[in-house]
Amino acid sequence: MRLSKFILVGIFFGVILYKSEAVSWFRIFEMFHFQSFHMFGIIFSAIAVGIGVVQVIKWRHMKSIEGKEITFTPKDKTVPRYLIGGFIFGLGWALAGICPGPMFILLGSGYTVLIVFLSTAMFGTFLYGLLRKYLPH
Amino acid sequence: MVPDFLIHLQQLISQPWPWWFSGPMIAITMFFLLWFGREFGISANFRVMCAADGADNFADFFKFDWASQGWNLMVALGAMFGGYLAAHYFIGPDGDIAHVSTATVATLQKMDYFANMNLQEGQIPLVPPFYSWEALFTWRGLFIIAGGGLLVGFGARYAGGCTSGHAISGMSALQLGSLIAVVGFFLGGLTMTYFIFPLIF
Repeated sequence: MRLSKFILVGIFFGVILYKSEAVSWFRIFEMFHFQSFHMFGIIFSAIAVGIGVVQVIKWRHMKSIEGKEITFTPKDKTVPRYLIGGFIFGLGWALAGICPGPMFILLGSGYTVLIVFLSTAMFGTFLYGLLRKYLPH
Repeated sequence: MVPDFLIHLQQLISQPWPWWFSGPMIAITMFFLLWFGREFGISANFRVMCAADGADNFADFFKFDWASQGWNLMVALGAMFGGYLAAHYFIGPDGDIAHVSTATVATLQKMDYFANMNLQEGQIPLVPPFYSWEALFTWRGLFIIAGGGLLVGFGARYAGGCTSGHAISGMSALQLGSLIAVVGFFLGGLTMTYFIFPLIF
């Protein structure tokens, strides 16, 4: 179960995003046109329940199954990297209609052309690694 | 013979899922990973895959203990299995359809590229026609798939996370950085939708 439990979590995640149509280019298109509450509902309700989950974990000092207290890595206190990086990510998200999770999910559904998306996403990450010291963070 | 209750369960899962069920289920996915001592974030896999592929020879950013991140690759692998299962065993009664709103169908019908496809309400496919190898050999398909991947891969690492890492994990932990990143996601998405889409569709 050391690694296989993560596969089970992935399967669960994959079926949720597929069946809620969050993997659909058309749903992302609809979201950016503000023509339906569907995607906003998914994101907002996930955050609302997520906030509850995190608060309970902190309040009860819950431990992970490995026996360590669950901690949350604080994000850097800065603006440029989040705003600029987020903006670039958003351009790609709206263009291709998929973010990294749905990319893996649809790849598994049989849209093998997304291997090209995966390759260029890895290349994009590689470029970031190379250019990192020249970019504002 | 397959027992009746399993058939009913399959039919139940095959319905399109409402947002108020799917959203909380995503939060539960995050909870499972926290309980397993990990943080939810799919795009970190791109960095792991680069590092495992030898990128650590080119930039210090890839010099980290990537072998300890195998769990995240397992989540990605599981997501692929999940996509396979959903697409092969849990397709709803009206097919592999994105149930988008009437307003969205009207917007699509006004775009040259989609107007030729004669899309009607209730018949919008889940996946657009340019997710295919044939389309990859057109400028539009190449731009969308290869260009989209490049922007997503670069932007996700620059921002330190994607939709799962920032919009779900970070926002749930009330991280200000994640809120700024999500604002960035939307500014980028709206720019693409309103300024660049008219040039490509």
